[in-house]
Amino acid sequence: MNAPVSTPGLLYEGADWDFSTLMRIHDACEKVAVRDLGLDFYPNRIEIISAEQMLDAYASTGLPLFYRHWSFGKQFAQHEALYRKGLRGLAYEIVINSDPCLSYVMEENTATLQALVIAHAAFGHNHFFKNNRIFREWTDAKGILDYLEFAKGYIADCEDKHGEIAVERVLDSAHALMNYGVHRHHRRTIDLRSEEQRERERRAHDERMYNVLWSTLPERANQAIGADEVERRRAMLQLPQENVLYFLEKSAPRLAPWQREVIRIVRNVAQYFHPQRQTKMMNEGCATYVHHRILNTLHREGQLSDGALLEALHSHTSVIMQPDFDDPRYSGINPYALGFAMMEDIERICREPTEEDREWFPDFAGSGDPMPTLRYGWSEFRDESFILQFLSPHLMRKMKFFHLKDDAAQPVLRVDAMHDERGYRRLRRALAKQYDPAWMDPDIQVVDVDLAGDRRLILEHRVQDGRLLEEQEARQVLRHLASLWSYDVLLREVDPATGASLREHAVSPPR
Amino acid sequence: MQILDRRLNPSGRSLPNRQRFLRRAKSLVQEAVRDASAKRDIRSADEGGEVSIPLHGIREPSFHHGSGGSRDHVLPGNKEYREGDEIQRPPSGGGGGGSEGSPEGGGEDAFRFVLTREEFLSLFLDDLELPDLAKRRLVEGADPAWHRAGYSVAGTPSNLSLARTMRNSLSRRIALKRPKPEAVAALEAEIAALEGQPGSEEQVAKLKAELAIQLRRSQRIPWIDPIDVRYRRFEPVPRPVARAVMFCLMDVSGSMTEDMKDLAKRFYTLLYIFLQRRYKHVDIVFIRHTHEAAEVDEQTFFHSRETGGTLVSTALEEMRKVVADRYPPTEWNIYAAQASDGDNAAGDSQRTARLLIDEVLPACQYYAYIEVGRDGEHGMPGFPRGPTDLWRTYEQLVSAGAPMAMKKVRNRRDIFPVFRELFAKRGLLEEAKA
Repeated sequence: MNAPVSTPGLLYEGADWDFSTLMRIHDACEKVAVRDLGLDFYPNRIEIISAEQMLDAYASTGLPLFYRHWSFGKQFAQHEALYRKGLRGLAYEIVINSDPCLSYVMEENTATLQALVIAHAAFGHNHFFKNNRIFREWTDAKGILDYLEFAKGYIADCEDKHGEIAVERVLDSAHALMNYGVHRHHRRTIDLRSEEQRERERRAHDERMYNVLWSTLPERANQAIGADEVERRRAMLQLPQENVLYFLEKSAPRLAPWQREVIRIVRNVAQYFHPQRQTKMMNEGCATYVHHRILNTLHREGQLSDGALLEALHSHTSVIMQPDFDDPRYSGINPYALGFAMMEDIERICREPTEEDREWFPDFAGSGDPMPTLRYGWSEFRDESFILQFLSPHLMRKMKFFHLKDDAAQPVLRVDAMHDERGYRRLRRALAKQYDPAWMDPDIQVVDVDLAGDRRLILEHRVQDGRLLEEQEARQVLRHLASLWSYDVLLREVDPATGASLREHAVSPPR
Repeated sequence: MQILDRRLNPSGRSLPNRQRFLRRAKSLVQEAVRDASAKRDIRSADEGGEVSIPLHGIREPSFHHGSGGSRDHVLPGNKEYREGDEIQRPPSGGGGGGSEGSPEGGGEDAFRFVLTREEFLSLFLDDLELPDLAKRRLVEGADPAWHRAGYSVAGTPSNLSLARTMRNSLSRRIALKRPKPEAVAALEAEIAALEGQPGSEEQVAKLKAELAIQLRRSQRIPWIDPIDVRYRRFEPVPRPVARAVMFCLMDVSGSMTEDMKDLAKRFYTLLYIFLQRRYKHVDIVFIRHTHEAAEVDEQTFFHSRETGGTLVSTALEEMRKVVADRYPPTEWNIYAAQASDGDNAAGDSQRTARLLIDEVLPACQYYAYIEVGRDGEHGMPGFPRGPTDLWRTYEQLVSAGAPMAMKKVRNRRDIFPVFRELFAKRGLLEEAKA
C-alpha cells in the first residue's frame, strides 16, 4: 500500500497512508512547527488504534490505562450506543499530557486527517502541555503513566484483598467529591514517580503520629473552651481546608490505610485533570491555530495537494462551528471556536492593527510576527485570565456577544451589556468569569470538627450571588462524605457578606 | 518520534468496567430487559439490543448550584438586543442557554445503551431462573452423519490415505535396509570409473558383488507393500435433525383474556429460546382456533380477537394438515405447545383425544399443554374450581401413558417453575421408558 508519489514534493497522494507516510508527515510538520512557529514540545509518540479502542479510551477519560470502576463502563455503554446509531462520530485523536507526548490516532482516518491530527495534537497540544504554566506547575508529565500503572495495580490489589464491593464504595464516595480533591490556591511540588514508595513511608509515619481526633484525655467539664483552643484545634487539623479529599485522607478517623490510599489516587487524578478544565478553550485554540498554520504552510510549499487542503479545511470548519444562542444546536460556547478566533484575532492585531487595537493592546499591536505574543499567552495564562487580557472589541463584535443577567428575584431577564463601546469591558469580565472554576464550582470547605461532642464534621458553602446548592444531589454527596468520615456531617450554606446561615444539610453516615 | 501500532492489542479493555456497571445496575437493567422482551416478537426475544434504564439509579452525584440566585450568561450571536433590554423568561425556566445547573437539575432522563445477545439472555433468564435445560435429553433424529474415525487397513481406493501409507512404507524400507536408488547409482558409477584401469580388478570384483546384493535386496523389498496401505475410516454418528418446528396452538375465543394470552406468549417465548439453543433453524407455526382453526401470523395470533365457540379438535386437525403438507416428521423435530383456558365443546372431547393419540402425538417430539387462568382464580377457599373439560380429557390420556405434559399457569411467576417442571417430567418419562 505504499502509494507512489507521482508529483514531486507532495508528502502523499490519495487517502491511503502507511507508517512511512506518517513519518514523512510528522517530519514535515515538525519542520514548520520549529522553523515558523517556534514551538517547543515533548518528543512525540504516535499510536494507531482502532475505533473500538478509541471507545475504550473515551470510557476511561481518555487515559491509556486506568483503574476499574463501573462508571467507566457506564460511559462506554453510552458512547457506544450513540456511536452505533451514528448520532456521534468519534474524535480523530486523543492526546495525553505526558513525556513523551502520546497521541492516539484512529486507523480509519485518511492521510489528510492524520496530517491534521498530527499537526493538531502532536505539535499544538504538545506545545501547550509543555509550556503552559499551570500544566508545568500542577502536573507531572514524566510520571503520569507510571503513576496510572501503579494506581491500576493498587486498586486491583485492593479488590482482591477486600472485595470489589468494598473498593467500589470508597471509589464512589471519592468520585462524588472529586471536584473537591484539588489544591486550588497553593502549589505543592508534584512528583508522581515516587508516589508508590512514599505510600509506604506515609503509612508508617501516620501510625506513629498523634491524631487529635483520638485524644481521650478527659475534657475539663463545664469549662468554656477558649477561642485560642479552637484555633489550636483548627490549626492541627489544617482547617479550613478546601481540599475535602485531602482532609479525609489525612484526618478521617476510621479509614483503613488502603482506603486512604484509594482516596489519594482519586485526588491525584483529579489534580492531574485540574489544569485541563482551566485551559480547555486556550488549549484547543492553540492546537487548532497550530494545525491551521502548519497545514497552510505545507500547502504553500507544495507538500500538500489542493484536494488535501480542502479536505482538511472541511474538517477544520466543522470543528470551529459556533451556533448562535438561539440555534437549536447551541450548547454553550464552543471552545474550539472561541479559542481559534482569539488566536487568529491576536495574529490580526499583530499584523494589521486598527486604531482601536492600538489603543486596547499597545503592547503588541502591529508587532508583526504574532508568534512571540501567542507563545507568551499560551504559557502564562489560563482561560479566564487569557480572555481578560486578550479578548478584543473587534472579536466581541464579530461573535456578537451579549451579557444576559438572570436573577431569579426578577420577573424578566435583562441584557446587561452588549458589544458596544459601553459594554466591552463588562462583557469581557462576565465572559472571563464563565471560565473561572472558582466561580463555576460552589465554594465548599471543611471548617471545623466538633471534637467536644460527637466528632461531627462541619463544612461551609460560601454562597455567591444567592446560588444555593441543588439540594437532592448535595445530600447524596454528603452521604458519601459521611460514609468516609464515619460520623455525622453538617453542611452550612452561608452568606459570606453577613455570615448568616441560609440553609443547612445534616447527614448521618449509612449504618 | 515513534509510531506504534496498537490495533493488535487485545480488545475489550473496558469489559471489566462493563461487567461492574451491569452488576451495579442489575435490578434496573433486569427490569428494562423484562419490559423490552415483553414488547418484542417471540422470534427476536433473545436478541441483544438497546435497553433504557432510568438515570437516577446510576447517577454519580456532585455538588452543583441549584436553580435560583442570580447568574450571568454571555452568549454569542446577538441579533436585536440592546443594553438594558428586558426579555421574558422562557417558560421552562432554564433560559436560552443556561450554562450550568440545568443539565442535571432538569427532567429525569433515561440512559440508553446496547446489550449483547449473551448479556440480554443471561439477564432475561436470570430473572426467571431458567433451569439448566442443556442437560435434559431431547430425542435425536435418525439421519446419521459420517465422521472421520482413524484409519483402517481395508477400504475403498477413494479413501486411500496417501500420507499415512507412504509413512508406513518409508519406515518399513528403512527398517529392512532397502538401498536407496542414489546409493545404487553411486556404486555403479564407481564401478564404471574403476573398470579397465590396471590393478583394480580385485576392487571392481568386490564392488560388483556388493552391487549384486544391493540390487537383489531392492527387488525383494517392494517400494510399497500391501501391509503399508491405510484407508481413512468413517463412522456413522446419529445426527439430530437440525431443523425444528414449533407449533403454537391457542384458543382465542372470547373467554381468553389479554392476560391469559400474555402468559401463553411468555411460555411460547421460553420454548422458542430453548429450541433456538438446540437447533440451527426453528420455524414457528401459529394456529389459533375458536370453533374453527386457521394458521395465522404472530401479530394476528396474539392481538386480534375472534368470537365463536370452542372446538379444540379443529386446531389439531389444522396442525395435522400443516405437518403433512410442510413438515414431514422424518425431517423435522416437531414441538407443540397448546394454550387454552380449558373450555371445549362438550361433544368434541372424544374427537380431540383420538386425533391426539392417532395423529399428532406420534409425529411430535414433545407436546405440552398449559392451561392458563386468571390470577386468584384458584385457591378460593371452600370453592375449588373443578377441572375443566379439556383438562379432564387430557388427564385421561396422560394416565393412559400418552407422551405429553400438562400444567396449569395462573401467574407470571408460575411460568418458569412450570416450564422447568415440564421438562423435568419429560426427562423422567423417557428414562422410565428406556
